[in-house]
Amino acid sequence: MSNQVLHALYDDDDVLLNAVKEVREQKHHIEEIYTPFPVHGLDKAMGLEGTRIAIMAFIYGCIGLGVAITMINFIMIEDWPQNIGGKPSFSFLENLPAFVPVIFEMTVFFAAHLMVITFYMRSRLWPFKEAENPNPLTTDDKFLMEVEINGNEEELTALLKKTGAIEITIPQNHEE
Amino acid sequence: MYTFPNKLKNIARALMILGFTGLVFGFLGAPKNIAEAKAMVATEHHGEGHGEAAENHEETSEVHAEEAHAEEAHAAEGHGEVSHDQEGHDSSHDEHLLHQLQNKPWAALYVAAFFFFMIPLGVLAFYAIQRAAQAGWSPVLYRVMEGITGYLLPGGIIVIVILALSGMHFNHLFIWMDPEVVAHDKLIAGKVAFLNVPFFLGRAVFFLAGWSLYRYFSRKFSLAQDQATDISNHKKNFRISAGFLVFYIVTESIMSWDWIMSIDPHWFSTLFGWYVFASMFVSGITAIALVTIYLKSQGYLEFVNDSHIHDLGKFMFGISVFWTYLWFSQFMLIWYSNIPEEVTYFITRIEDYNITFFGMVAMNFVFPLLILMNSDYKRTNYFIIMAGIVIILGHYLDVFNMIMPSAVGDQWFIGIAEIGGFLFFLGLFIYTVFTELTKAPLLAKGDPYMGESERFHY
Repeated sequence: MSNQVLHALYDDDDVLLNAVKEVREQKHHIEEIYTPFPVHGLDKAMGLEGTRIAIMAFIYGCIGLGVAITMINFIMIEDWPQNIGGKPSFSFLENLPAFVPVIFEMTVFFAAHLMVITFYMRSRLWPFKEAENPNPLTTDDKFLMEVEINGNEEELTALLKKTGAIEITIPQNHEE
Repeated sequence: MYTFPNKLKNIARALMILGFTGLVFGFLGAPKNIAEAKAMVATEHHGEGHGEAAENHEETSEVHAEEAHAEEAHAAEGHGEVSHDQEGHDSSHDEHLLHQLQNKPWAALYVAAFFFFMIPLGVLAFYAIQRAAQAGWSPVLYRVMEGITGYLLPGGIIVIVILALSGMHFNHLFIWMDPEVVAHDKLIAGKVAFLNVPFFLGRAVFFLAGWSLYRYFSRKFSLAQDQATDISNHKKNFRISAGFLVFYIVTESIMSWDWIMSIDPHWFSTLFGWYVFASMFVSGITAIALVTIYLKSQGYLEFVNDSHIHDLGKFMFGISVFWTYLWFSQFMLIWYSNIPEEVTYFITRIEDYNITFFGMVAMNFVFPLLILMNSDYKRTNYFIIMAGIVIILGHYLDVFNMIMPSAVGDQWFIGIAEIGGFLFFLGLFIYTVFTELTKAPLLAKGDPYMGESERFHY
């Protein structure tokens, strides 16, 4: 990444939210924000696109539904029909009420797990990955805003100071 | 302040007149004696034979045969009211038919009266939850909720009057009220300590009095808070709401056993109270959403934004799923265990009420699930109204399925009396609710959470 950036540290999420609005109003580009916890309304203030994970959740749920129906039809009806409680498993439809809990759980299982995996992949997270956050304080109680510099360093520093940043730094060895 | 527009007032009046005519028509059409009842069923058999009806009758005769067998079995066990010899059996069968046909307009009246009564009761519970939880999003809707609960007392009185008339043997909705039946029925005889007319009506009056008292005081404190300088009224409302919720969940359960489950006194389900609660809760929340969107479309409630509608939509979605969960839990346990006295409940519903029984699941579950799943749709008035109308009709059908099979058996039909009953109470509901809305400002401006609620956004 050739873009030079500036790191502004905040110690309050409300201050941060207002700062984000102001910085964006002044037409500066915010690269990324690191926070110790999810800040309500931050995605909207940053102008991020809405998540599409809900659509994927629906599709994953449908996959789970299909897998569950196929699976239970094979196990309980085709492969090894049994007579459970006087209800012989000869027909999928007639035994459907007994299968509904299983089908439901499988739907939820697929939707939940595939959603988490999707989220990890989308966020480029995997085991033993080096942390990307530039300042360990953001895992404690500080908020860090990364703003792009286009030769307007002084102006930007003044603006960020005004919005309540407690510390402003320009990282020297930003990426190799 | 809100003024009740004349146009809506006239619509409400027209609905009431239309519905009343339908109900009167239903009552006049009921048979007076066995001969008339037999004649009615016979002419229906030779009737025009338009699709659905014809199909129904084929089922009818089949089921009759089955019923006869079942009754014989019951008689043998000593449960039934039927004597062993075949002649006595025939005549009691005809009398049974007469009772079913005579019950029909009463059941139509009762289903609609109960359905529109349970809407304000569900809203009252929702309102109390908002108060007790000190919710920050919903205070802008308090006056709408208070308006809807204005129907609680009149609607409740009508239901209790119908119950009292049943107690005076004007109809055979509750067979345990008939001493002749109880004398020959060991199961009901064992329940007489609980199921007797004076105690039954006493409970009904006690429940309604309790709910109305909470409604009266919470409304009073809510209005007083508008002018108050401190929040003492708000705190009082918080306290009585928490207390009311405890009272409500107990009394609502017993109410559902009394007013609905006892129509079928041999059958019982332990989660019936929850099931009825889910139904009234989702109907109530839907009613809040519909009234809110209507008022907004008339230029009122400018402080309600689409995030509030979105939250109501989430509740409609969530409680619809919750209702389905209970519907299925009740069904699956009884289906799996297959105990004769329990499973008859679902056999009648699946054989004689197939369309309404499964149609209601489509209306109350599949439709709202698919329509309200998308987050953006829940913010769109059009989708909320469409889903809301289907949910309201679906839960009317739910009450219909709870009451009709035991009251009229396979003689059901959604005809003039049933539609009339629905329209009459819809008119009365609209009239009462919108009159109540005119009595106070639409913004409960003294509420300490009002600022948060007005700024609420998702």
